[in-house]
Amino acid sequence: MPSPFILDRTSVTQVMAWVLVALLPGIAVYVWIFGPGILITLALATVTALAAEAAMLKARGYPAKPFLTDLSAIVTAWLLALSLPSLAPWWLIVTGTLFAIVVAKHLYGGLGQNIFNPAMVGYAVLIVSFPVQMTQWAGPLELTSTPLTLAQSATVIFGGDIAKSTFDAVTMATPLDALRTGLLQQHTVDEIMTQSIFGHYGGVGFEWLAAAFLLGGILLWALRIISWHVPLAFLAGIWLTAGFLHFFDAGRFGAPWFHLFAPSVMLGACFIATDPVSGATTPRGKLIFGLGAGFLTITIRTWGGFPDGVAFAILLMNLCVPLIDQYTQPRIYGGASKPKEPPA
Amino acid sequence: MSRELFKFKGGVHPPEHKAESNGQPIHPPPLPRKLVIPLRQHIGNPAKPVVSVGDHVKKGQMIAEADGYISTAVHASSSGIVTAIDMQPVPHISGLPDLCITLETDGRDEWIPHDPLDYQAMAPADLRMRLRDMGLAGLGGAVFPSAVKLDPGAAQTFPTLIINGGECEPWITCDDVLMRHHADETLQGVAIMRHLLGSTEILIGIEDNKPEAIAAMQAAAAKVDFAVEVVMVPARYPGGGAKQMIQTLTGKQVPSGKLSNDIGIQVFNVGTTYALARAVHHGEPLISRLVTVTGHVLRPQNVEVLIGTPMHTLITLAGERDGTTGVLMGGPMMGVPMPNLDVPVVKATNCILVKSAELFPPLPKALPCIRCTRCADACPAELQPQELYRFAKAADFGRAQEYHLFDCIECGCCSYVCPSHIPLVDFYRYAKGEIWAREKEKRAADLARERHEFRLFRQEREKKEKAEKLAAKAQAKRAELAAAPAAEGAAASAADAKKALIAAALARAQAKKAEVTPKNVDHLPPDTQHEIEEIEARRAKIRELARKPLEPEDKP
Repeated sequence: MPSPFILDRTSVTQVMAWVLVALLPGIAVYVWIFGPGILITLALATVTALAAEAAMLKARGYPAKPFLTDLSAIVTAWLLALSLPSLAPWWLIVTGTLFAIVVAKHLYGGLGQNIFNPAMVGYAVLIVSFPVQMTQWAGPLELTSTPLTLAQSATVIFGGDIAKSTFDAVTMATPLDALRTGLLQQHTVDEIMTQSIFGHYGGVGFEWLAAAFLLGGILLWALRIISWHVPLAFLAGIWLTAGFLHFFDAGRFGAPWFHLFAPSVMLGACFIATDPVSGATTPRGKLIFGLGAGFLTITIRTWGGFPDGVAFAILLMNLCVPLIDQYTQPRIYGGASKPKEPPA
Repeated sequence: MSRELFKFKGGVHPPEHKAESNGQPIHPPPLPRKLVIPLRQHIGNPAKPVVSVGDHVKKGQMIAEADGYISTAVHASSSGIVTAIDMQPVPHISGLPDLCITLETDGRDEWIPHDPLDYQAMAPADLRMRLRDMGLAGLGGAVFPSAVKLDPGAAQTFPTLIINGGECEPWITCDDVLMRHHADETLQGVAIMRHLLGSTEILIGIEDNKPEAIAAMQAAAAKVDFAVEVVMVPARYPGGGAKQMIQTLTGKQVPSGKLSNDIGIQVFNVGTTYALARAVHHGEPLISRLVTVTGHVLRPQNVEVLIGTPMHTLITLAGERDGTTGVLMGGPMMGVPMPNLDVPVVKATNCILVKSAELFPPLPKALPCIRCTRCADACPAELQPQELYRFAKAADFGRAQEYHLFDCIECGCCSYVCPSHIPLVDFYRYAKGEIWAREKEKRAADLARERHEFRLFRQEREKKEKAEKLAAKAQAKRAELAAAPAAEGAAASAADAKKALIAAALARAQAKKAEVTPKNVDHLPPDTQHEIEEIEARRAKIRELARKPLEPEDKP
């Protein structure tokens, strides 16, 4: 066996485990603000993802153990679960997770081979196919008089009956939905922002969730698991695009801070756009990738057919990765700045 | 120490494991019964034997002479009788044997008369010739003939001379110990280099994990009558690589595909510098070197070793232990596994690292690449290893070259940090070997095609000539019949036309050849040529193995 004969103590499992750990502050805040229902969603997605992963590995003739223990399927499951409405029905969760693992991951060749972020593919499939169910968000506890217990959440998720009045009392439009609906009704941004769902920067509670995701991102950066390029460029893309529009017409376009402090943006910036497999690899490429995703997110939020655009923005940028990487190859040691022409 | 340092990109910091061996005194050379001295211990042409079987030789006597400019001589490391000149196993990754001279030592260890050189009084060219005959080659690992590097050539001078005491590989401490114990003589060697190269700036770079060596070298540097700066550089692998040391000390980068010569910098390892001083001031050719014997042994230490000493002699000396799982020549990052322990210590042997399962656990199985780019962050050549891996794996060698495969220095940093445990460097070695082999084949094919085309052309020409001859004959006949004097001129012009035709065809063939000449196997520096030869040898071995039926794997 040839050199080198020693390895740094690192592994894919370790990388993925840190990503899961970095999601814990977000999950804790989620429970605190929206109630414990998310735990059911997370558990269901995890079980589905592991089962799908095991089945696909078997079908493709791969050993199960090294790939199940790499934890990548659980990362996908959690990212999808955290993107779904907190009261999404069980079959929505299962369908999305199955699509993410089976189609977006394994049919593209498994770990390391997927062009698109699997969690975002699962999310996109659901929002296109089941737009109504994808709005079943519980409101923040601060605003709902009778928060759902764990048992009640389970009943809702698994399709049991609870009183319609209870259900209506806990579900609310998300801040982005509220903004979108308000604008469609010809209200100005300032008028819309007087609604109780809006907090300091983003939505009540939602902004704390966003902050918790950001904290997780900072942890991953401190551990050198992600570089600063993508998250910073993504947030800059959001801020600059939203800021430009807001400056241009503050009545019709939301404030940049409001767009920035959405949980989907922070989750996307710190955990999803930073997915190494489907993202750009060169430093300049990462900046372009992040800026592009930020710009597209605001564009889709403003003019698209869906309230949020993070998932589609990241998927569209995933498509551009080979091109971005090819044209942003860095200068090498002692080299000219551009790659040599291919030999004839 | 106030010098501004420049950080090279990438690098890793594996556990150093220097303390095991660097505190011990230098062990004097053991004298084995048999010395096996390879004729190819340096880059360039192997030395040519100048002794015959049965000859008695003295310690330090030349037994094989340099063959050409890029070559160097080989000497008897002790006195004794030449018992064989044949193929023997050598420390080489291919495991293939090479031509060696075997000496049966007589135990008297009897020297040739020492002949110190007054280097300041000698013409530089004569001095270099003497150094070549003394067998001097770079002891940092590349074993490039020193006499060549000490020739400033057309440039007349190398403004900057760097003495490399970096020794960044884990476990290895021979340079550290050399500097601690022989700082003064090392500085004497620097003086000779300065004399030959006309350098005005002399820097000695030593990593900061060797404070004793730094102190010793500073004390020695204070005593010499020229300016020399001992610079402490941060310990980071591969900071002792020549290119990285140059960048750390000067902020300059060696342009891709060029040598440090091109930017007026020459770099020597401290061991080479010491060997140069021994050669010039004591008339001792390069017949021994310091070797670190460490790892899974009872008494890790540094030993002054006669070239040609079998490795097992040294492992016995350091105390063999149960549970040995293999032996490396060199360090854990770039070392070469030894096929067996009868192989001799050569000029390139800086370390014998004995492995055990605890010190070097078997590497885990590789997972797919997740494109995390830790390899790119660690790459001191600032490449994109994840892309090179993708291209090498897909046998897309053109793209691999586009992405600067040939700038890879095979330091192993990428493999070291890979969370998927992919043996990345292996893929690059494979791709390089394939590219060289293909270009060689392509050249052979081009040559064959040219020959074939020329044959067709010749046949065509002969046909034409025949027809012309016949026509000329007929015309001559006619002319003869008509008027005798006109015939001469016609024949001459026919011959001229033929000549022009041949010249044009040759020119076309030449142009075509120039057009298709591949770019990697032409004008190679000798170390690359050497690398190609190594890879060829490996490929030959693989082919040989492939022909043999599968045998159970050798026990380590």
